[in-house]
Amino acid sequence: MRRKIPLAIAFVFGIIMIIQFFIPHRISVEFYRNMLNALVIVGIFYYILAVSSLIRVHRGKIKRKKPGWGYSYVTLISLVVTAVIGVLGGAYQATRITSWFVQHFHWQIEQGTGLMVIYTYIQIPMGATMFSLLAFFIASAAFRAFKARSLTAVLLLVTAFVVMLGRVPIGALLTRRLPEIFHLTNIVEWILKYPNMAAQRGILMGIGLGMIATSLKIILGIERGYLGGGD
Amino acid sequence: MKERKGLIIGSVIMIAIFVLMFIKGEPSKSIMVWIAAILTLSIYSFLYKDNVFYKFAEHLFVGVSVGYSVSVVWQNAFIRRVFDPLFITRTYIVNDKFSLYLFLGIVIPTLLGLLMLSIFTKKQAWLIRIPIAFVVGSYAGMGIAPSFQANIFEQTRSTLYVTLSISASIMIVGVISTLVYFFFSKEHKGLLGKTANLGIWFIMIAFGASFGYTVMARISLLIGRMQFLLHDWLGVIK
Repeated sequence: MRRKIPLAIAFVFGIIMIIQFFIPHRISVEFYRNMLNALVIVGIFYYILAVSSLIRVHRGKIKRKKPGWGYSYVTLISLVVTAVIGVLGGAYQATRITSWFVQHFHWQIEQGTGLMVIYTYIQIPMGATMFSLLAFFIASAAFRAFKARSLTAVLLLVTAFVVMLGRVPIGALLTRRLPEIFHLTNIVEWILKYPNMAAQRGILMGIGLGMIATSLKIILGIERGYLGGGD
Repeated sequence: MKERKGLIIGSVIMIAIFVLMFIKGEPSKSIMVWIAAILTLSIYSFLYKDNVFYKFAEHLFVGVSVGYSVSVVWQNAFIRRVFDPLFITRTYIVNDKFSLYLFLGIVIPTLLGLLMLSIFTKKQAWLIRIPIAFVVGSYAGMGIAPSFQANIFEQTRSTLYVTLSISASIMIVGVISTLVYFFFSKEHKGLLGKTANLGIWFIMIAFGASFGYTVMARISLLIGRMQFLLHDWLGVIK
């Protein structure tokens, strides 16, 4: 019972959504739109679980005084402060609360809301810096991982080097005296358009076939991992 | 000893920044730019080693990112798709007539979503499987036909629909050999093995190109951050 009902629900909705794709009628399209809306609404509650899980992990760290537990306060406080500012003050458009603060304290919020100020001056800079940090590590990791031990490793390294060089002005400058066919930009274009695209297509087809097989397994109840353990 | 060395390096960098700022720069007057700059430097301090400033920035980043997405989900999903249609705009009333279909279109998914919270109970926790099955089953059904269309038919058509040239032949050979490489139902021996090996070559070229692009994207971000520090924050470069 506890497993059969969910399996039946997955089967029914899976089959309905497959059939819906082949019916271009207005009602079918409207149904598809409502299903998308319904999935977004259910997704809200997924989010509640995700956030509560994060809070639980950090609360546990603080409770047990695990190493670095003080930083958990930073995460929890910043989460609450950002969420409160976003929910009460508005995400994209200022709410009455934001307008009240703007009026009474003569604030000037260029971005429109407090959340957007946090987004512009804290989240974006930190996100970009985190990812740019990888520029340093990716180079050292590549040096260690891709030491040209085999022909395939050489192929990978040479392609990466040629693509990088061909996409910067110095690449074009280096080969400007050669016949046009040997211009680095043209070589890179060719690599991306043919051998690279061939492998990408093969991988895409594999992904597609894998997705279809997994979806069918879910709908037919062969794949039940998503139901979790227990009865 | 190592910490002392780090402290010295950090201090030298900070002194260099301040000297540069006061001699040549036109530092920003915005407190938010200063906060962004300090957080940026805190994250870059990881290049030396893991430290207090980096850990602080890392945890702050997690908290702010989750807080931001909470606000976005609240605004874009809850307010726009549940609260407003139910209580403010009342989208289920069409031409002064109550539409049960539209009403249930909001209420049923909300109730289904509420079942997710059953995980917090001990006895009724299994009820969480119902919304999960709804989402997983629906997405599985939604995915099959478009996946056939976009990943199989379109890719096959684009591969075969080419002019007669060496490049086009390379494309066809590349796609087939890559697919053969991922075919594990038979041992890669003989012709199959050789074709699979050729597939590895193509895959390595693709990975190399992706790797090159990834490195370039990261370096471009690094240039962006440097521009922020030297232009927006310190005003050293114009």
